[in-house]
Amino acid sequence: MRLVNIRPGRQTRFYLLALPFLLVAIAYFAGSSARLAQNPNDKLLPALPSMVQAVKQMAFEVDPRTGSYLMASDTVASLGRLGSALAISTVAALILGIVIGLLPGANALLGPFVSVTSMVPPLALLPILFIVMGLGENSKIALIVIGTLPCMIRDLAMKVQELPREQIVKAQTLGASTWQIALRVAMPQTLPRLIDVLRLQLGPAWLFLIAAEAIASDSGLGYRIFLVRRYLAMDVIIPYVAWITLLAFLIDVGLRVLQRRLFPWFASVRAE
Amino acid sequence: MSAIRFDDVWKEYGDHIVLERITMEVEPRAFIALVGPSGCGKTTLLRMLLGEEQPSRGQILVDGKPLLGEPDADRGVVFQRYSVFPHLTVLQNVLLGRELRDAKFSARLFGAARRAAMDNAMELLAEVGLAGQESKYPSALSGGMQQRLALAQAIMREPKILLLDEPFGALDPGIRADIHLLMKRLWNETHLTVVMVTHDLSEAFGLATRVIALERQRNRPEERERYGATVSRDLEIFPRRSAELRSAVQPAPIGTTRSDQEHQPGRPGALVLKEHP
Repeated sequence: MRLVNIRPGRQTRFYLLALPFLLVAIAYFAGSSARLAQNPNDKLLPALPSMVQAVKQMAFEVDPRTGSYLMASDTVASLGRLGSALAISTVAALILGIVIGLLPGANALLGPFVSVTSMVPPLALLPILFIVMGLGENSKIALIVIGTLPCMIRDLAMKVQELPREQIVKAQTLGASTWQIALRVAMPQTLPRLIDVLRLQLGPAWLFLIAAEAIASDSGLGYRIFLVRRYLAMDVIIPYVAWITLLAFLIDVGLRVLQRRLFPWFASVRAE
Repeated sequence: MSAIRFDDVWKEYGDHIVLERITMEVEPRAFIALVGPSGCGKTTLLRMLLGEEQPSRGQILVDGKPLLGEPDADRGVVFQRYSVFPHLTVLQNVLLGRELRDAKFSARLFGAARRAAMDNAMELLAEVGLAGQESKYPSALSGGMQQRLALAQAIMREPKILLLDEPFGALDPGIRADIHLLMKRLWNETHLTVVMVTHDLSEAFGLATRVIALERQRNRPEERERYGATVSRDLEIFPRRSAELRSAVQPAPIGTTRSDQEHQPGRPGALVLKEHP
């Protein structure tokens, strides 16, 4: 049988799915135990028990200096920044995306501008943001917004333009004004696509968050990683990276479920 | 119910002449079928009627007034595809026209107004044979049902002219015959002037009161760009067909039921029985 025709069953699929994760884990712990056998004080590839110990300390014991659970407060700080930045981006992208996608005039006015600004490397703007907005929360949120918004607007405007022309004409023959077309035709059909666009921008958003926290911050997951880096504390860094990955994954899954629940009609539209 | 007049209409794209010297009168309540080989500008003519495109020369008059330059609620339309909104259920699709008309800002109806509109919509859906499908999304409907829905949606808004762009072209023959009966009935019961583009001649002669063929008069390669298609045949159907004027229906708004009419839920079968007793 040709490879293109071989479809794994449910069970095989599960094993296949688990395999790469398992291989990475095996490689890590093999390397770790090999290094630790040579030098028990090696910090580069800590063993599982020392990572568990570190997580216990970070997550479940009150930090004597700040009086809080560090991992929890870091997570809250990071997710707060990420959430507020993505909320701003999402709302702005929805409005501007629909305006640009629906109105040829707005497209002529803003389309090229958005395309150009989406090419600006956001991290290059970080110093400017720090200078203008200070080192507080605003500059970090602004970085994420600047990093994600232009791409989101551009993608979303494109999605709106991809709506069949027939639908826009049909709405007009039902007497719809521009506002009504935006409200009843364009927006409801843009929302599920907005979730797609948001999911694509989650990666960049985390990147900018960690970068901003690494450079100037006093809390947050990125801050913590770059802080303990000075002590080569891999036993903290690795669990933190895993935790960030898990958070990002869960947000992505959550968005996908949300899309399926809220827009049951969308799957068949996308399949077309 | 509107009279349409084409007054020496031309359509050119740059140097390319698509339609030329289109002059004709369409009487109120006519059912016009536009036929012709593909690429002869049938759809272009329909799009000009719709207001999506403007004639390069000449003008189109509806009831003596020049046509608006953009689509409006006087002219309903059903396309071959994408005529209904995929994000709205069957009922919501039909309600939409009423909501757009009555709620300028929110485009949604609430309370008593919504209930009244819903009653109308349900009756209309029953009439086109979609009773029981109200809460489905269009993607769950077959092609024929989607076109029935598109018809109901267009008619709910009570247009004067209904434009059909190969609406039944993608349907199976059996389903097409069913929907032809429905189309005939809708035309009889409403006050529509219908213009239908089709490439199916039997459909054209089966439904229309008048069949208009568009054709290029000159077809040599070097002439093709410089001579557009024009009306080559203008055939009145014989024996003459005209819309019935049922008194019970005449003043009533669309979607009101007639007590004398017997429904067969789910199918426009009542009509079959009536036509072939």
